[in-house]
Amino acid sequence: MLYREAGQFKTSYAKDQAIFPILQDRVMMVLMLVVAFVGVPMLASEYWLSTIMLPFLVFSLAALGLNLLTGYAGQLSLGTGGFMATGAFAAYKLAVAFPEMNIVIVFLLSGVITAAVGVLFGLPSLRIKGFYLAVATLASQFFLIWMFNKFPWFTNYSSSGVISAPPRAVFGDFFVTGSSASPANKYLFTLVIVCVLALAAKNIVRSHVGRSWMAIRDMDIAAEIIGIKPLQTKLGAFAVSSFYCGISGALWAFIYTSSVEALAFDITRSFQILFMIIIGGLGSILGSFMGAAFIVLLPIFLSNAPTMFGLNISVDLISHMEFMIFGALIIFFLIVEPHGLARLWQIGKEKLRLWPFPY
Amino acid sequence: MEFLTAIFVSPFIEIYEYPLFFIEVVLGGLLAGVMYSLVALGFVLIFKASGVFNFAQGAMVLFAALTLVGLIEHGFPIWLALISTIIVMIALAMAIEKVVLRKLVNQEPIILFMATIGLSYFLDGFGQTLWGSDVKVLDLGIPNAPIEFLGILVNQFDLVAAASAGTLVAVLAIFFQKTRIGRALRAVADDHQAALSVGIPLKTIWAIVWAVAGLVGLVAGIMWGTKLGVQFTLTLVALKALPVLILGGFTSIPGAIIGGLIIGMGEKVAEVFWGAAFGGAIEDWFAYMLALAFLLFRPQGLFGEKIIERV
Repeated sequence: MLYREAGQFKTSYAKDQAIFPILQDRVMMVLMLVVAFVGVPMLASEYWLSTIMLPFLVFSLAALGLNLLTGYAGQLSLGTGGFMATGAFAAYKLAVAFPEMNIVIVFLLSGVITAAVGVLFGLPSLRIKGFYLAVATLASQFFLIWMFNKFPWFTNYSSSGVISAPPRAVFGDFFVTGSSASPANKYLFTLVIVCVLALAAKNIVRSHVGRSWMAIRDMDIAAEIIGIKPLQTKLGAFAVSSFYCGISGALWAFIYTSSVEALAFDITRSFQILFMIIIGGLGSILGSFMGAAFIVLLPIFLSNAPTMFGLNISVDLISHMEFMIFGALIIFFLIVEPHGLARLWQIGKEKLRLWPFPY
Repeated sequence: MEFLTAIFVSPFIEIYEYPLFFIEVVLGGLLAGVMYSLVALGFVLIFKASGVFNFAQGAMVLFAALTLVGLIEHGFPIWLALISTIIVMIALAMAIEKVVLRKLVNQEPIILFMATIGLSYFLDGFGQTLWGSDVKVLDLGIPNAPIEFLGILVNQFDLVAAASAGTLVAVLAIFFQKTRIGRALRAVADDHQAALSVGIPLKTIWAIVWAVAGLVGLVAGIMWGTKLGVQFTLTLVALKALPVLILGGFTSIPGAIIGGLIIGMGEKVAEVFWGAAFGGAIEDWFAYMLALAFLLFRPQGLFGEKIIERV
């Protein structure tokens, strides 16, 4: 009844190609953006903003990047953590070397640098695929982290190997990094970046670039025969994906944690982001966000649940139980809905279209 | 220039001047490689029979070792603890087959892969919830003193590890070639549907394969546990086994052995002679780079089946 598209006619090409062709979707999207931009900064406490919303946004961006590569172009990658680290360290070096450069440009450039690194480590994808490729991308993960740890040049010879974000403003005194930045500023800045990049991602996958990725994913030989060049397509996917991951890593280092060491981007980070896109839904922009929300919220819920229910368990045991429950839930989700939360959402929408008169 | 010398000249001079030391390093590397092979074997068994890339192999190694040590600490004699652990691993395999694999039949490989990552989280947590997370000492009375052999120092423990790996492979080979179940396993590995159509019970076979992989994990767990102590880091040896896999091919048992030897040797030699040029600790990624360079020439690995693709 509420979600009925009857009577909405598409009378122009522009309307036919709209991202949200149904009026109700558009209304909901606008509402969500209003809530995200106005409601959340006004209502949420600083704790909520900096421990839940910020990691959620940063992780969403990384999941989006990996989803472009794995979900759309079909190239399984376990090097996400390495690429995030590249973005973080590139942004740090740029921001320190060029203090007058605007932070937005710093982030974009660090994304570009990460894209170049991603292309380099994407080269094996031309010869190998599937799990062989996944293991090969682990090489980038281990090599990059080792490199950032080993050469003090990357951390500007800091003795602890930790980089701390210098204070930077986008304009005037709207500080987004450093100690003088308020969580609300950080949140708004991250939100803008994530929204812009999500919109860009949505449009990339609707364009011929995205379609050629999907063709390569579905059957690479057939795609080659209809004239899609695997070299450009696969490396392009690696470049765009690494660009997203790099910016996400830069945001992580500069805005979410403010100071970071290379080990924060180790192999568990890569798996975490892979979990997000599997739980959220492979090949779905919305799924990246849903998966990120799930994986960010679940550990917070699990570590708070025992105290909520008044159980008294030792911290050690809780952390082990968390592992267990996390693993079990992942398996449960995969069994119940292997196509992820995005698929559940889609099924829900289909049901809603007919509700309350399904016949 | 200095860097180039450190890569291309001085290591070779060093090797030429101290050939015995070089042989010692190679031998040590080979023996360490055997340990990698032990872990890689478990991966190969499962991938071959069910096409599942079992990331939980490392967790299974840890779980088996933890169970064994835990039982011994609770006063079980070693032989009883061993038998109980074997029973636990078989029960675990059956549970995995029933709860996870059966529900995910016919899903995409990546979904199954993610399920095994979930499984590895679960096993890590479960093992440590049961047995605690402190580092435990596993001592089965394997001698651990270096002995001298023709002027070369070799660790006795490494020799025992190599011997047990050799025995394990021999037993597996006989099991695969000569027994009825082994033939069924090979049939399933070759073609699921054909195996089903001649009446091989696929589900039982999967449970058996996982049980065998669990037992291989137990052997690996005993060896690694004795070497490093039984602790959480044991799961990380799985990551060391991955380059072995891409080098040897996911589907080849001899590949896992030879790949392990190559990786173990390459890693040690590179660390000792070339490590200084890169600032040390290159063991972390060298194996991956070696495997990667290798893949450029043989994408299916050393002994992997050649992939023929049709549209």
